Amino acid sequence: MKKIEAIIKPFKLEEVKEALADLGIEGMTVSEVKGFGRQKGHTEIYRGSEYTVDFLPKIKIEVVVADSTLDGALSAIVKSAKTGKIGDGKVFVSPVDEAIRIRTDETGDKAI
Amino acid sequence: MKKTTLIKSGIAALAMAASGLFIPTPVFAQEAAAVVAESATVVVETPATPQEEPSPVEKYWDGKTGDLAMFTVNNLWICIAAALVFLMHLGFSCVETGLTQSKNTTNILFKNVFIVCMGLLAYAAYGFNSMYPGDNWTLSGFFAMGSPIAAGFTEADAQVANLTSEYNAGYTYWGDFIFQAMFAATAATIISGAVAERIKLGPFMIASTIIVAFAYPITGSWEWGGGWLSENFIDFAGSSLVHAFGGYAALAAVIVLGPRLGKYLPGGKIKPILGHSMPLATIGVFLLFVGWFGFNGGSVLSADAPLVSLVFVTTALAGAAGGVAAAFTSWALLKKPDLSMSLNGMLAGLVGITAGADSIAPWPAVLVGAISGVLVVFSVLFFDKIKIDDPVGAISVHGICGNWGTIAVGIFGGGTFMTQLIGTVSISVFAFVFSLITFLVVKAIFGLRVSAEEEEGGLDIGEHGQEAYPDFVPNK
Repeated sequence: MKKIEAIIKPFKLEEVKEALADLGIEGMTVSEVKGFGRQKGHTEIYRGSEYTVDFLPKIKIEVVVADSTLDGALSAIVKSAKTGKIGDGKVFVSPVDEAIRIRTDETGDKAI
Repeated sequence: MKKTTLIKSGIAALAMAASGLFIPTPVFAQEAAAVVAESATVVVETPATPQEEPSPVEKYWDGKTGDLAMFTVNNLWICIAAALVFLMHLGFSCVETGLTQSKNTTNILFKNVFIVCMGLLAYAAYGFNSMYPGDNWTLSGFFAMGSPIAAGFTEADAQVANLTSEYNAGYTYWGDFIFQAMFAATAATIISGAVAERIKLGPFMIASTIIVAFAYPITGSWEWGGGWLSENFIDFAGSSLVHAFGGYAALAAVIVLGPRLGKYLPGGKIKPILGHSMPLATIGVFLLFVGWFGFNGGSVLSADAPLVSLVFVTTALAGAAGGVAAAFTSWALLKKPDLSMSLNGMLAGLVGITAGADSIAPWPAVLVGAISGVLVVFSVLFFDKIKIDDPVGAISVHGICGNWGTIAVGIFGGGTFMTQLIGTVSISVFAFVFSLITFLVVKAIFGLRVSAEEEEGGLDIGEHGQEAYPDFVPNK
């Protein structure tokens, strides 16, 4: 099992969610985050003084998938989240040691 | 004029007015006499004796018709009502903020701030005299060129008359102006909700200025200014002249502007774009309700006890009926009771009674409000179906229910059905066409929409460089 963490632009959430659903991946955790990469921030003015805002609103999607569906899920996410413009985000993959479905006590691939 | 003398005569005037309002004065007089008799050794200061110098209004009151105390009370009520109508801008700001996304909040608030300020100034500079030309029509009954309000009045008889009941039994020139000015600003702000979240700020400011400065006085003059509708058409506080006017101007704007991105998906699916603060939306509606007591109550144009109190009753009952009716209608149609629809329903009921608050009896007022409440729910759903994107329901609340409220006077009040229909249709059509042309021209010269990228990131950043909620917020 692998955990995919994708940081994407907020308005892309629906598209990414549907792209994953098309592959049969229907569970995920979503959080509203702020962050920056090489995009840097922008300058704002408040009551006459300039300040730089580095952190931009993003959405973080966390989804755990079986090894067999990893590649499909990755390309689905990248394809649906891409705009080609700066700030599109990043995807990270990490291994998962165990997964348990609380309701049924199922473990492993059966739990995701 | 000495300041102390002015204050003392002010208190005297109020005391005169108060003594007229409170009945048990004989009892007080007896008690006061007893006190004076008992404490013979104590020097008791008697109440204010007649002053050496009369106050300004007392100086030129002699010989004018009517009672100064009553005139003062009337004018006071008009001024308080004007302040209550001003409060409605706070209500609009809250409703529009609550029913839209947090990333556009600064922009919406800015538009509301601009409109009330610009509306008041435009009405002072041009609108008031365009709407109330007296005999100075440019095109008799239809249009009068505007001009600035008076710069002040000298103590010459002809001018000072503006400050007495010779101008009007209910208010001075200034009271008249400020009350009407608040109405003008209210009509303008209806548009800002419907075009929220995707309109460019500059073009909006230009278009709304043109509409409130020039179009609003025209339709206003048709009825309240003594124009072609004033003979038989009834619109007590402006269901058509303010609300339908604003609603149809908003409709034209939304047609030219287009819907928010992603709102209407292929296959007839409608994506709900959730408002970010139901508390703010609710607070806004309650504030509007309070303001409506001034909006309708002040439209009596005097403090006449029977009429003002009746208007308070019909206004409140219609608003209440609208809220309840919309709540249950949305519950029946949409499976769960919808707060935002119920809020729209309260406003719909209030708009609905605005044309006939003084001529429709309480129970028919309840019916008018209830029908408004049902109507607004269907209307909101209808406009979404035909892809007219109105984030706050302004077109339904003010346009559709404004028409209904005007027609209702022909059914339940003192008007005839056909006259009411002709009146509300002509005002609505004029507002729509004027607004359509204005927004089309503005769009052609300046463009009207923000870019897709800016719309996605939020107008707060794009138009203002200022987020309304700069730190982490609990909800989007």
